[in-house]
Amino acid sequence: MELIELKDIHKTYYLGDIDVPVLKGISLEIEKSEFVGLMGASGSGKSTLMNILGCLDHPTSGEYWFEKREISKVSSDERANLRNHKIGFVFQNFNLLPRTSALENVMMPLSYSHEHLTDKEIHTRAAELLNRVGLGDRMHHEPSQLSGGQQQRVAIARALINNPSVLFADEPTGNLDSKTSEEVLKMLQKLNEEGEITIIVVTHDPNVARHTKRQIHIHDGLIVNGNNPGGPQ
Amino acid sequence: MRLFRVMRIVRTALRAIRRNPMRTALTMLGIIIGVGAVIAMMEIGIGSSNAIKRTISKMGANNFIIMPGAAASGGIGFGAGSALTLTPQDCDAIIRECPSVRAAAPLVHTHGQIIYEGRNWIPPNIYGSTADYLKVREWTNMAEGEIFTDKDVRSGNKVCVVGQTIVRELFQGQSPIGKEIRIQNAPFKVIGVLSTKGANMMGFDQDDFVLTPWTTLKFRVGSMNVAQTQSSSSTTSTSSSPSQLYPNSQQSLYPVPSATQAMNNPQPVRFANIDQILAAATSGDEIPQAIEQITNLLRQRHRIADPKNDDFNVRNFTEMTNALTSTTKMMTNLLLAVACISLIVGGVGIMNIMLVSVTERTREIGLRMSVGARARDILRQFLIEAVVLCLSGGIIGILVGCLGSWLIKYFKNWPVETSISAIIASVAVSATVGIIFGYYPAWKASRLDPIEALRYE
Repeated sequence: MELIELKDIHKTYYLGDIDVPVLKGISLEIEKSEFVGLMGASGSGKSTLMNILGCLDHPTSGEYWFEKREISKVSSDERANLRNHKIGFVFQNFNLLPRTSALENVMMPLSYSHEHLTDKEIHTRAAELLNRVGLGDRMHHEPSQLSGGQQQRVAIARALINNPSVLFADEPTGNLDSKTSEEVLKMLQKLNEEGEITIIVVTHDPNVARHTKRQIHIHDGLIVNGNNPGGPQ
Repeated sequence: MRLFRVMRIVRTALRAIRRNPMRTALTMLGIIIGVGAVIAMMEIGIGSSNAIKRTISKMGANNFIIMPGAAASGGIGFGAGSALTLTPQDCDAIIRECPSVRAAAPLVHTHGQIIYEGRNWIPPNIYGSTADYLKVREWTNMAEGEIFTDKDVRSGNKVCVVGQTIVRELFQGQSPIGKEIRIQNAPFKVIGVLSTKGANMMGFDQDDFVLTPWTTLKFRVGSMNVAQTQSSSSTTSTSSSPSQLYPNSQQSLYPVPSATQAMNNPQPVRFANIDQILAAATSGDEIPQAIEQITNLLRQRHRIADPKNDDFNVRNFTEMTNALTSTTKMMTNLLLAVACISLIVGGVGIMNIMLVSVTERTREIGLRMSVGARARDILRQFLIEAVVLCLSGGIIGILVGCLGSWLIKYFKNWPVETSISAIIASVAVSATVGIIFGYYPAWKASRLDPIEALRYE
């Protein structure tokens, strides 16, 4: 089943009089429960593409179908709602709230959710997720008391709190050493296989991309290869 | 359900505030000092203002005089207070029926020589009144002895109280209690000595003063108004009904009784008029109401329909009343100015810290937006943070202010009065300051672009 479909997406930034085209016509389909690596050198437009896919930004032109719904022109409030319910983000620098326990960090997105959960339900759900990423014994630790890998796992738990359809990981291992990188990627693989969550990893590192099932290469705002679901080229 | 959401945002705000206790404390310090200063200033200010008010009203600012109107005969006016229209019953009615009047006393006065043994003295005023006179003047503490009673007034006993100047001049400083003085050849027993009051605003010695029951002065002392009444009544007719005392008034004051009625109800010969009524309002602000109540009451009692025909007039001490109100107004304005300045300073402090906080937490804002916070969620969060900071600062400030004014009261003995309205106002104002000065930083935060904010280092 198609989760995401892009049709001829363009994105142009206007810096004063100069137009800077970043995406020059991207068309792409991503099925449910795929594990995709979005690859490209810096400046290739992969971050811009991820921002558009992640509903943080809207394209200049083109269509974006998300779960059979055209969302390239929805209001910013509606985009926020989509980010809250359908999309999870994992960042290179973890972006955890400082001086806040792991548990509270994981619970944070629910304060913007329309779901009406009791405090106890929220607590249980967050605790379950932390157990799932293997941090059940560190729930009340603050980010400064956790290693990089553990922080990233907290961030993954936070991204999963609203049961999203898709998880975006922007260079998730960029700040980690190779051993913890491996652990984090294994965890993403496991989530993809067991939880059937669609995962899109943005990276320039071929070692990271190796863990994905399908790679999409972007060069100068165009897809070079990979728009065929199912397996690596 | 919305409430649920708001509560969660409040909790998030509280958590954010707790995350940086030092910054929170410093931010709140501005508001604490502002509100504390306001509360302390208010309490000290209201205390001093009330003390000043009390002092001025002791000088008689709340007092006013009801005078009878002017009489005229054959084109010759007799000047203010010459008509004989006020009765002691008017005074009783004023005490009974005017809620804004704190106290009232009838007044008759005479002028003349007083004699004690071989010495004599002429005080400027010899007053006849009731014990309420001293209540009106706020002069109830006696240096010695006691004031005469209502019974003395009813039976016209020959007793009197004297001021300090009389003690000095007539008794050469000895205690006059129980001694007998003669006022225009009538003997009076001294039963009390008044405390020192000093000169009034005009430099008039208020201690050079004798007070007797008004009945005694009216009916037992020579050359008093009784004689005048009788003489004036004898010049007009045999009847001494007050309506006929001043024949040339354009309209009779009271319905003229028919001849039969007059025969059936003979008027007493001793028509007891009094020279003035001295009254005090319950407070300076109540003076206009008190005057209005008295005017209406006397018009009703004297059956006057047209205000032009008033046979009395009410005078207040405008000069002093104005001094009182302008002092109070000035104090209030001064306090308000101080309060505004300190709260604005506190508010600017809040805005400063909130702006720094927004910049410092740009990444957090980006993150919150990326997990689904809408612009208005961010706005609300920062606004609530500012309001929570201001409110808690305000509450601590109230405690600090109360403590401060208590310390001043304790060590310096300044008059201090707790003001509930100041407390309520400063809580309201600190919340408002939080909203006003928190709005701009919160709005700035909500306008951030999530992509830029996430990338911010």
